[in-house]
Amino acid sequence: MTSGSLDIRPNAVAGPRLHNGAYREGTTSIRSDIEIPLQAPVLDSRRCGMKPLSTESLRSPVDFRGRRLVGSDTVTVDTNYICQEPAPVSSHQPTPPINSDSLRRLCGRLLSMTHQFPALSAAQKKDLHDTALRIVAPGKGILAADESVGSMAKRLAQVGVENTEDNRRQYRQILFSADERINGCIGGVIFFHETLYQHSDSGVPFVKMIRDRGIMIGVKVDKGVVPLAGTSGETTTQGLDGLSERCAQYKKDGASFAKWRCVLKISDTNPSRLAIEDNANVLARYCSICQQHGIVPIIEPELLPDGDHDLKRCQYVTEKVLAAVYKAMSDHHVYLEGTLLKPNMVTPGHACSTKYSPEEVAMATVTALRRTVPPAVTGVAFLSGGQSEEEASVNLNAINTCPLAKPWILSFSYGRALQASALRTWRGHKENQNAATEQFIKRAEAGVNSLACQGKYTGGENGGERGQHLYGPSHAY
Amino acid sequence: MFSRFQHMTAVVKDPKRLRPVCPPWTNGIAAADARPLHAASRHRLRFASMTHQFPSLSPEQKKELSDIAQKIVAPGKGILAADESTGTMGKRLQMINVENNEENRRYFRDLLFSVEPIANSIGGVICFHETLYQKADSGKFFPQAIKDKGIVVGIKVDKGTANLSGTDGETTTQGLDGLSERCAQYKKDGCDFAKWRSVLKISDGCPSALAIAENANVLARYASICQQNGLVPIVEPEILPDGAHDLKRCQYVTEKVLAAVYKALSDHHVYLEGTLLKPNMVTAGHSCTKKFTPQEVAMATVTALRRTVPSAVPGICFLSGGQSEEEASLNLNAINQMPLLRPWKLTFSYGRALQASALAAWQGKPANKAAAQQAFSTRAKINGMASKGEYNPSGSADQSSMQSLYTASYVY
Repeated sequence: MTSGSLDIRPNAVAGPRLHNGAYREGTTSIRSDIEIPLQAPVLDSRRCGMKPLSTESLRSPVDFRGRRLVGSDTVTVDTNYICQEPAPVSSHQPTPPINSDSLRRLCGRLLSMTHQFPALSAAQKKDLHDTALRIVAPGKGILAADESVGSMAKRLAQVGVENTEDNRRQYRQILFSADERINGCIGGVIFFHETLYQHSDSGVPFVKMIRDRGIMIGVKVDKGVVPLAGTSGETTTQGLDGLSERCAQYKKDGASFAKWRCVLKISDTNPSRLAIEDNANVLARYCSICQQHGIVPIIEPELLPDGDHDLKRCQYVTEKVLAAVYKAMSDHHVYLEGTLLKPNMVTPGHACSTKYSPEEVAMATVTALRRTVPPAVTGVAFLSGGQSEEEASVNLNAINTCPLAKPWILSFSYGRALQASALRTWRGHKENQNAATEQFIKRAEAGVNSLACQGKYTGGENGGERGQHLYGPSHAY
Repeated sequence: MFSRFQHMTAVVKDPKRLRPVCPPWTNGIAAADARPLHAASRHRLRFASMTHQFPSLSPEQKKELSDIAQKIVAPGKGILAADESTGTMGKRLQMINVENNEENRRYFRDLLFSVEPIANSIGGVICFHETLYQKADSGKFFPQAIKDKGIVVGIKVDKGTANLSGTDGETTTQGLDGLSERCAQYKKDGCDFAKWRSVLKISDGCPSALAIAENANVLARYASICQQNGLVPIVEPEILPDGAHDLKRCQYVTEKVLAAVYKALSDHHVYLEGTLLKPNMVTAGHSCTKKFTPQEVAMATVTALRRTVPSAVPGICFLSGGQSEEEASLNLNAINQMPLLRPWKLTFSYGRALQASALAAWQGKPANKAAAQQAFSTRAKINGMASKGEYNPSGSADQSSMQSLYTASYVY
């Protein structure tokens, strides 16, 4: 039996090894030394059940609205899984008889669900949760700069630039050399593997440039989609092999969160039950592995907007997909407070003839999320999925002003919607670099997306009155 | 419209089959959002699954269900569970040496329902079948008397538990047969919500995957049928407090059970905004040697709910299980003071925890009626305050001793 020190080798179980599978109770508790005096929070009347805080200071950090955060995981540090003497089994609940214990190990699926085995220590949970909060801190979102080599080829081709490693490096440099104005807009940047190890022209590693701004570093860890045989062109996503070791390495190289993209599509026969379940399962495996290494997993079950389906259909499918995703998360014992969701907004298909207002998109999106995403999930950062820069911002704003109660932080994780103007301005010419960077900052900063997070963006031409009456009755969704 | 599965579909000769299929209440007129079904897609159900939404509830039905649910869990209100079956009522009456006959049961229910100001703290009353057709002393039928107070009437619709063979004494719940017709009748007779209790237990090998899956499924079927008939289903997956397990274990099991329940509800296309949840609070087992404070219970409970219950659910009404009246109120109060974001109402649906004192005060004697009513009224008021986190038990811990309880909490 090992001693009780924390062991973070890949695949090691965090915490003391259990003797004979006995479930170990905690011994002592340590108080955390985080103590923040709290002001009275703003009572949001839409969020029922919130009670004004007393003025005495409580030992828990606050979120951007002055509400206390997850009190449980940050109030005390439980030494259950950190420093514990291996105690004789007899001092605890009676050890289950050998046969049922080995039976349990052999037949996990049959007995299942009855005993909790250590997955994350209190400190690990706290780290994950704090990181997640920092990524989606007030008014901040995520820059998805993780286009693979193949995707970058398409982007660069649009502006007539050759797809070489140096060109990709130049392009990312344009984004990362944005000045401190983006510090308040971007909470995290998702890197592609290659980019994680590249430098600017002056030899500064990109990772350092970003980290020095106080922005979290993320990395795309999946290895692309592969077909599911027997389906109508559906896919799952690969990348689980050796993921644990890769995560450990990424963590050392500065990453604190990761992203994994699963793709589903809507058609007459899709998404099939297999596609939904397999993608949900693979997402949950990825999350479980990431969390073991202190990396916050961003869950991305993207429903493509291709097709002529209408808004209702997209909402329905989104609800089914997300329900499956979170069931899988539960089954794989994923710590929800230490994850983020990156879903598609609920929109009609590109070829749908009916046009919908941003309020309708917002109502459908928020309704779908309310029905499926547990409140414990820290934040939801929408993907832009082919929407124009303007469209993405307007929709995000409508989502934030939707009059339904939303218990998660709502933000953005945009690739094209943040970079398109910058790319067009650059066109591969060195002399355009500064102008291109300005374009990027404008998109990120000038109040566009970050204010959209807080529901203040008033839109391009029609600055106007997007009153609540435009949302319509929620029970119609 | 051609589909690649055409060879698998029935030959469509009758043009009538191409008409949109409408639920009966629309009088054959498709609602604006109803999706026309052609024969091909109906037969494609198994292959396509999940891709097409078929009409289950119209917007008006959804609104009705949602309104009823909101009314039941209006701020400061909870549910009186007065749905003890005849046998269970017998056990209660036996404790005060009262004969278990129909009149006594009627008298006691009337005692409770006729208390004047309870509408301030009671949003809904769950009745047993028999009670629905009994009359108050005033001569009105109970459903009418309750409704006149602005309280919503509910009905227990399950038919008790049934064994799951091959498990360690686990059960599922029966009552689905003819449930649709029964619900339609109850709706006519004045009910607007229903309750169905599934039971799970914690032990070395329980709850098993089968018990969880089966109970979740049967709850989802019940919910689906209720909504079709305009009744708001209260979903009750009770995990018994029997056993020596600690708080952590109960939290873990509760999370697994609720995750399964909400997945089943999603699979069965249940309209979450028109449902309510009636779970157990997360507590240690009765024979657990360690004692936990209300704050610890509250933290574990709210954490478990936040991880599993979508915010579309309007309200969560806790069952009291075996808790004493005071314990149940203190725990509910602590739950509503938790510094975690709670997007649903958190209130009570108490049976014993509301009626115990009243029963004890009554003792079967009409002379004690006022005292019994007073006892009930007090409990109702206290729980109403607890559902807002405003209950301040007089003579109990002041602020400073409340504070010290926070530092000893477990990480959940």
